[in-house]
Amino acid sequence: MMPETEKRTMQLNMGPAHPAMHGTVNIGLELEGERICGSEVGIGYMHRAFEKTVEHRSWNQVVPYTDRLNYVSPVINNVGYALAVEKLLGISVPERGVWIRTLMCEVSRVTDHLTCNGAMAMELGALTVFIWLIRAREILYGLLEEATGARLTVSWSRIGGVSADLTDKFLAGLPGAIREVRRAVSEGNTLLTGNRIFIDRTRGIGALSREDAVSHAITGPLGRASGLDYDVRRDLPYLAYDQVQFEVPLGEHGDVYDRFMVRVREIEQSLRIIEQCLAKLPGGPVGVDDQRVTLPAKDDVYSSMESLIHHFKLLMPGHGIRPPAGEVYQAVEGANGELGFYIVSDGSDRPWRIRVRPPCFFAMAALSKMIDGGLVADVPPVFGSVNMIAGELDR
Amino acid sequence: MKQQPSHGIRQEAGPVFHELRGKFPRIVRDGWQEPPLEVVVIEKDSIARVAGYLRESWGVAALMDLTVVDYQGYAGGKKPARFEVVWYFQSFESGRRIRIKAAVPDTDPVVPSLSGLYASADWLEREAWDMFGIGFTGHPGLRRILMYEEFSGHPLRKDYPLAKEQPLVEQVHPGVPPFGAKPKALGGE
Repeated sequence: MMPETEKRTMQLNMGPAHPAMHGTVNIGLELEGERICGSEVGIGYMHRAFEKTVEHRSWNQVVPYTDRLNYVSPVINNVGYALAVEKLLGISVPERGVWIRTLMCEVSRVTDHLTCNGAMAMELGALTVFIWLIRAREILYGLLEEATGARLTVSWSRIGGVSADLTDKFLAGLPGAIREVRRAVSEGNTLLTGNRIFIDRTRGIGALSREDAVSHAITGPLGRASGLDYDVRRDLPYLAYDQVQFEVPLGEHGDVYDRFMVRVREIEQSLRIIEQCLAKLPGGPVGVDDQRVTLPAKDDVYSSMESLIHHFKLLMPGHGIRPPAGEVYQAVEGANGELGFYIVSDGSDRPWRIRVRPPCFFAMAALSKMIDGGLVADVPPVFGSVNMIAGELDR
Repeated sequence: MKQQPSHGIRQEAGPVFHELRGKFPRIVRDGWQEPPLEVVVIEKDSIARVAGYLRESWGVAALMDLTVVDYQGYAGGKKPARFEVVWYFQSFESGRRIRIKAAVPDTDPVVPSLSGLYASADWLEREAWDMFGIGFTGHPGLRRILMYEEFSGHPLRKDYPLAKEQPLVEQVHPGVPPFGAKPKALGGE
């Protein structure tokens, strides 16, 4: 007679440090063989107290901290924060500032989507696609560095404008970069979208229904892949998005393949917006001429007493920019969903509270739903398709 | 650039407020519009009822965000209680966006959980508990999410000092001074 064997599930921790989990997150898996019968997602490994720290910084000092939220598309964070404070102050940036902000946000979105799709392809073994997409991203990063002075920690936006106008070199290099991105994306598509292995590994994997996406408040490419037709740029226009033409691509099945394709199509739409911005770029100043927020020109600071006083009035602790007491919510379309800044001011030179609505927080809350019932080998592609950015998730 | 219509300036209360006021006269305190948002202030214990009603009759299917503001020592105006919990709802069909706020006193920092109605409430409420110590009755597993279990206190409360440290592990290398300590002069024993 055969002895009774005991059947047990195995517990396995993926992360917070795991080669396939780019980002610090822990997934506790409950396994039955290779099948996942339960999972729990643990976050907080990159919590750096963003929301606490910024309560002790002046309004413009917060800008560098916003870079470090979603560090793959920092310009969008910069601009989102600046828009929120400008809304509180009741100021509007001049037209050229608005357009170049729009342009830079879209360049940033393309870099983010290229990174996400490239990394996801890499995790499925398609290293070539990763290299091609990242090479295209490098060209854009080079341009971002030309415009902002940094690749990732750009700190580009200012309250009331941007740190500097776009350079001629940037504008001259952009059309070529757009061509390169288009070529890289189309080459990557040739390798992947008709590829049997890629399709088998992504079709029907990690599917999320539209109802789940709504209930989890998942926006961005992830929500759109599930058929949730919502894009802040179209539904709640900010910057110049109501003056450019673009489509909002949607998926049907909400699986990893659809998310990949939604991002591919969004790259094309973003490139379209960039081209329209280039064509319509108006002249004029890039920042407001408002003494409450704008630093005086350096020449004046060195030569006139009034400007020197003005300079110090804006920079000294206890002085500085002082929005009126009140609260404001500004949503922008981040690269992975609705990025919201909820700001409360008490009328002083420091924010009373800044709450960031991190788009991938909501997606990570639904990760268990996406991977349960699947195989361990499906965790990396599903996780990759969520586009989690730990800096934004944990703040 | 065309001027944004209102820059979040308060405007008269909108349709959602009036309907809620008619439906729950004793619960709804105040309301106004900050286009594109509608803001309604309610009694804290009734959030589940109001949210359920919004879902039924306004098709508000998503809890987009939940956050807390600690108004201890706030200089920008008088506040009815120390905390204010802020829920942010959205209907993807009509595009309607509603922010619900409720004052929550320090002595009774508990509100009903919405985790039965919205999947996103689970983690949002855990974060509010972790950062502010706001309790949510009916939450299936209210525990810390960003901080570690051994952490004591709620870091986003205004009375939690910015520089306070709670190291988890004892010093591994006894010769190395703790972080932030004054460096000792170099030299012999």
